[in-house]
Amino acid sequence: MKVLMFGWEFPPFNTGGLGTACYGLTKGLAHNGVNVTFVLPHIPEKAKSDFVKLISAGNISKIKLRGVKTNLVGYMTSEEYRRSLLLNKAASKRRDIYGRDLFAEVYRYSLQAGLIARYEPHDLIHCHDWMTYQAGIKARKISGKPLVIHVHATEFDRTGGHGVNQAVYNIEREGMHAADSIIAVSNFTKNRIVEHYGIDPMKVQVVHNAIEFNGDQYGDFGLKKGNKVVLFMGRVTLQKGPDYFLYTAKRVLEIDPNVRFIIAGSGDMTASMIEKAADLGIADKVLFAGFLRGPDIDRAYQMADLYVMPSVSEPFGLTPLEAMRNKTPVIISKQSGVSEVINNCLKSDFWDIDRMTNQIIGVLRYKEAHEALKEGGYQEVQKFNWDEPARKCVEVYNRVLRGI
Amino acid sequence: MVSVCFYFQVHQPHRLRNYTVFDIGKNHDYYDENKNRNILNKVANKCYIPTNKVMLSLLKKYPEFKVAYSFTGIVLEQFENFNPEALNTFQQLVDTGRVEILDETYHHSLAFLYSKEEFKEQVNMHSRKIRKLFGFKPQVFRNTELIYNNELAKFVEDLGYKGILSEGADHILGWRSPNFLYRPMTTNKIKLLLKNYRLSDDIAFRFSNKGWKEHPLTVGKYTQWINAVNGNGNCVNLFMDYETFGEHQWEDTGIFEFMRHLPGELLRHPDNNFMMPSELIKNYNSVAELDIHNLISWADVERDLSAWLGNRMQQSAVHSLYQLEKDIKLSNNEKLLSDWRKMQTSDNFYYMCTKWFNDGDVHKYFNPYDNPYESFISFMNILNDLRIRLDGQKATVPSVQISR
Repeated sequence: MKVLMFGWEFPPFNTGGLGTACYGLTKGLAHNGVNVTFVLPHIPEKAKSDFVKLISAGNISKIKLRGVKTNLVGYMTSEEYRRSLLLNKAASKRRDIYGRDLFAEVYRYSLQAGLIARYEPHDLIHCHDWMTYQAGIKARKISGKPLVIHVHATEFDRTGGHGVNQAVYNIEREGMHAADSIIAVSNFTKNRIVEHYGIDPMKVQVVHNAIEFNGDQYGDFGLKKGNKVVLFMGRVTLQKGPDYFLYTAKRVLEIDPNVRFIIAGSGDMTASMIEKAADLGIADKVLFAGFLRGPDIDRAYQMADLYVMPSVSEPFGLTPLEAMRNKTPVIISKQSGVSEVINNCLKSDFWDIDRMTNQIIGVLRYKEAHEALKEGGYQEVQKFNWDEPARKCVEVYNRVLRGI
Repeated sequence: MVSVCFYFQVHQPHRLRNYTVFDIGKNHDYYDENKNRNILNKVANKCYIPTNKVMLSLLKKYPEFKVAYSFTGIVLEQFENFNPEALNTFQQLVDTGRVEILDETYHHSLAFLYSKEEFKEQVNMHSRKIRKLFGFKPQVFRNTELIYNNELAKFVEDLGYKGILSEGADHILGWRSPNFLYRPMTTNKIKLLLKNYRLSDDIAFRFSNKGWKEHPLTVGKYTQWINAVNGNGNCVNLFMDYETFGEHQWEDTGIFEFMRHLPGELLRHPDNNFMMPSELIKNYNSVAELDIHNLISWADVERDLSAWLGNRMQQSAVHSLYQLEKDIKLSNNEKLLSDWRKMQTSDNFYYMCTKWFNDGDVHKYFNPYDNPYESFISFMNILNDLRIRLDGQKATVPSVQISR
């Protein structure tokens, strides 16, 4: 089976979980005997060889990577895109290549990517999140092959339900209605799709994400001396709830001043979060680590005594699984898809600062709770691997190809 | 001759509330009285009151019909506080003279494992409570969750009891039958009554299970199984939670109708009768000595203590609790003693069990907390508050010298 897949990021050029998920899924699909051609909107020219090399090094021999020149970066809002055009001299020199706004860019990507459908043989089209939906629809028109769209997040998750961008919503809705089948990363997301986009629940299959196992151990962390470390890892955006993390930090520090909080990640709220930490009087106890890559990610988890994911709306949420893999106890928001599939963790509503504070203090104070969560989480995360979600995707493919 | 011996356990824990780090040192109210009241009244309406009605009519209709109950002290307290009507229906049953009451620890505790002294005090407390509410002096003992070994049998014999109940677990009985009385090793006179767990669980657990090959369980079929014991047993001990009726098995499963018709059907066989535990002890000899060195219980497939003491959180919580015994008792503070005792209820440790992640959902159903980790944190927070109260007590009562 040959699948033409449209994505917008792929490791190491990812800014969030989507690239990681696409990497794992395509690897799992290759395992299940599926040939995947992965189309990306943007592959930095200098890094291109590295990129290809990484793929072959990862032995994903059945996956072909294809780049389309655009200025798109994952998770970009239209405002960010406008700013990046102004800042990017190279881009302004080559106006002919880059569209005037994000939507023109998405559309241009769809035209280019759609063309690939002409000469790239495939049985089925699979695309990931809204920026690729138009590409998928275009490809479907050209090749006439069925379209599966994979929803990792919706506009309602990215905006927390406030200030939903109508143009993005329209593209999402069009993609969902045009698709022959929809894959959602959780029941949480499926409900969103059914409620907000008017989709028949029968058309939506839930395929939970998984995680790649990697047993590297690091150690010796200077910060650890005498301090307990609580970690936030993710884009510093409204969706991920960094502000709730800071409010909780404030509460925890009132009880135990020896705790340190690390925010790893970047995003449009970074500056305001630094200011907020200062306003709350905890600037000296909150460290901003910036965006981490590769082994630094695992290192950060291992350094932490506790990982907190206070997401306002998290369609899946891979990071808790990464933390569990690194034997770090996790507290996760109930507003997440991953909370549907893990038990050995603590759960809280993202807005419940007191509850999260109590959980954090409890885990840091009672070593048996810390140990039990650590061991229980580590055991539990072993059951995840990408073969299973890939197998479920193949089921969806087969059903679509048989016209069911 | 086969004597059918029904014994029903009546218990509701005094549920602790979700006690957070913010409560420590400030709030000494540990109980979720709303929840306790609601649950007690719900179960009273679904189970206790309607089942007692059935039992009373059976006792009136069949002079041969007899049953036994064991009530924990804390469920009796809750009846007195929240639902005296339900208590009254039990008292009516006992007034017939064909209902026996067993003794147990007042707080449904694991005290025997940690403090013989405390165990004895709780048994005496329970005995006094039964005498006060029912005018009855129990002669037969059942320990919390039928936890049992030789040592307990000896201890209970020395307290003056004539009989003791436990689980007829396969791994201790081997080829032997639970349908006889035994003499516990190291004891002189006390007789051991063992639960026939197959016939008991057919009613308690499998009655409404549509996947069970004997479903639906009819009175006729069940009576045949009991009749079949004639010739190779003296008794059939049907021990179960009273909440089986109407709560675990809902009314619409037909459980009440089953119970209403069972005694009449059993009595049609001339060799069947009903006996209360003390009558079994009077009428039948022990057939052999039984050596049960390791602790057993009636819980889960393991029939051991792993539901309460299987993980480090449970062990740590229970040890920390019993470590306070000496100081609590020296404090001469009734409120402290009462709070400390309520924490001993085995349910508090059951909630911390992590087995149920793999072991079916029985534990989950009864757990007022989101998960075992939450219940551990809450319990330890309360313990911290108890310790603070104890220390405060010491500061104000200088005449009491305590070294920690």
